[in-house]
Amino acid sequence: MPGPIQSIERAAAVLRLLSGAGQGLGVVDVGNALGLAKTTAHGILRTLVDVGFVEQDEAGDYRASPGLADLGRPRIDANDLRAHAVNWTDSLASRTGESVKLATLVDGRALVVHHVFRPDDSAQELLTGTSLPAHACALGKVLLASAPVRPRGRLSALTARTTVDAAALRRTLAAVREQGWALDVEELAEGAAGIAAPVRDRGGLVVGAVGIDGDADRLVDTRGRPRAGLVPAVCQAARSISRGLGSRAD
Amino acid sequence: MSDERRAEHRGYVVAIDQGTTSTRCILFDHAGRLVAVAQREHRQHYPRPGWVEHDAAEIWRNVARLVPQAMAQVEATPADVVAVGIANQRETVVAWDRRTGDPVSPAVVWQDTRTADLVTELAGAAGPDRFADVCGLPLTTYFAGPRMTWLLRRDPGLRRRAEAGDVLFGTIDSWLVWNLTGGPDGGHHVTDVTNASRTMLMDLRTLDWSAQLLAAFEVPRAALPRIVASSEVYGTARSVVPGARIAAALGDQQAALFGQTCFSPGEAKCTYGTGSFLLMNTGTEITRSSHGLLTTVAHRIGDEPPSYALEGSIAVTGALVQWLRDNLGLISTAPEVETLARTVEDNGGCYFVPAFSGLFAPHWRAEARGLIIGLTSFVTKGHIARAALESTAWQTREVVEAMDADSNLRLASLRVDGGMTSNNLLMQTLADVLDAPVVRPMVSETVSLGAAYAAGLAVGFWPDTEALRRRWHRAGQWEPTMDPAERERGWEDWQQAVQRTFGWIRTPTTDPTTR
Repeated sequence: MPGPIQSIERAAAVLRLLSGAGQGLGVVDVGNALGLAKTTAHGILRTLVDVGFVEQDEAGDYRASPGLADLGRPRIDANDLRAHAVNWTDSLASRTGESVKLATLVDGRALVVHHVFRPDDSAQELLTGTSLPAHACALGKVLLASAPVRPRGRLSALTARTTVDAAALRRTLAAVREQGWALDVEELAEGAAGIAAPVRDRGGLVVGAVGIDGDADRLVDTRGRPRAGLVPAVCQAARSISRGLGSRAD
Repeated sequence: MSDERRAEHRGYVVAIDQGTTSTRCILFDHAGRLVAVAQREHRQHYPRPGWVEHDAAEIWRNVARLVPQAMAQVEATPADVVAVGIANQRETVVAWDRRTGDPVSPAVVWQDTRTADLVTELAGAAGPDRFADVCGLPLTTYFAGPRMTWLLRRDPGLRRRAEAGDVLFGTIDSWLVWNLTGGPDGGHHVTDVTNASRTMLMDLRTLDWSAQLLAAFEVPRAALPRIVASSEVYGTARSVVPGARIAAALGDQQAALFGQTCFSPGEAKCTYGTGSFLLMNTGTEITRSSHGLLTTVAHRIGDEPPSYALEGSIAVTGALVQWLRDNLGLISTAPEVETLARTVEDNGGCYFVPAFSGLFAPHWRAEARGLIIGLTSFVTKGHIARAALESTAWQTREVVEAMDADSNLRLASLRVDGGMTSNNLLMQTLADVLDAPVVRPMVSETVSLGAAYAAGLAVGFWPDTEALRRRWHRAGQWEPTMDPAERERGWEDWQQAVQRTFGWIRTPTTDPTTR
């Protein structure tokens, strides 16, 4: 076990100080109160502003952000996420020839917040706003893989190939975390497959999943492995969206 | 995917979309796919009510920074850039010193209404349509020419320098092409025909500056750029992407029409940005509107005959969402307006007419001002957010009805693009109030795509418009689901609300803009 990390201790002290101050504090105030050099105090304050824990008022003084109280709430508005993603989801659909979905985890299900049609100009229905059972689709597996809650008990079967055993699903999710993408082959619907990858915010937290879905014949080979080029295309779209959200985990 | 590795298909087209609130640089590959994007907002200056200014030097700095940023995302060098295309906010006027390259005044933005008295004076007894026969446009504060008149009248010294050709005038396309091609060191002073068609100074038939209009607006020809096609090589970049060919410029709305591949008469699109603009290609014939639409140039490819368009311009749509964010603080990002609007079932009887700079098409009422009406104790900020989104849909219906009346056709479906198309509630509302399907194409950045297409055509990266048309695909479609009676009731309420905005500015002395 490594010892305590000094900069985190200092950041915590700055947050306590600002939260209890009842008024904005300048860099010098913070430095004096905690015995830190002005440049150190400034660096910590700027970083806390960047991550959204501290705000700077019009006079230039620092205050604890009201957002601190909302740490447990979604990190990004779903409509905001869609607006950030729309260029890259279009590109992904165009590149792969498949339909694209962007999803977030809501009440244990994968909520589709954006849907791009398969680019063949056939009649298709917009599925934005619908939700999918998370354990049975690639999007959901990506979201569950980073969720704090572990699947338990017996899960519902949508096809004969749906993973219904929670322990088996937990093993799959560990693999998803390891490889950075997820796959489903006929687990959600007969003849259909999906590939998805995580979208991360600037702190590296998974805030959504982006993926393609379509005929299993087109997405995977006869041994159930993704066809060449698809996984890199999905992962690249996920990275591009993440970069737009400020993620540096390239 | 195999053909993209062929040598002639390698490389990227760089599109610069210089918009009202931000500048974007987007790279497209040969398949027309967006591969990199960099964006930056610039400052809006509101020195007086009704005045809107930009710093042209800031805009140029942003362009110079964003292009390399976007190129770096795919590790492109200038040698990988087959062409550069520009799409720009229209009708915004820049004046700059030919020798130093410095702007001589703030850029006067298309939303600015400082020319209200001037256009009334120019209209005189003949009325706002005094010059419509020549330039296709009514006299309003919207267009570029009167802004030049305003700047020149205010400063006799500026007029002398403009007459001597020492101060250059132009729209944003001219400013960017001049800077890219060398600036004070041999920069090309040109403007594309679509931008020129928004000045009120160009004769729609000859596509050249009209001597009659130059005289009427007191603008010296020596200060104006040469009018060129929308798609042709204007010159080679001397900075930012040295050696790359600058091969297209279009006003942003015409660029979007091009990007949606509306190359045939009768094809139309509506772009949802700061304002919203419905354009319909009317072919090589000039079509006049009798329902409040503008006649404008759609594009001109090289030496081919130009294509014209009818346009329904709506001044405030996305700008209203920004207003909710910046002036009222109801939301912290623009997309959150959808989240707020979805906290309620309907508008709660509330209507919002954002006549912030008067009303554009089809009303053209400069003296109208915005209102929120139907307020009761029941109304929450959610209802106001919903009313704000609905105002975009109802304003679209107004210009669609004008377009239908002028063309004697009923729009079967509406092609949409622009940033607000990521607002799902707005797109559904639009389908509901139009009672027609709303279709989003695979690339919603059609402004940039159009600039890229026009530039790529000019250098032979793409062979012809048919090849571009094959790249258009449907990415999403919204079907109307609204009960017809409810639709008609809403439409009547909206029209009533609009009527009540008229005549708010009663005389020049009640207009804070001119006080």
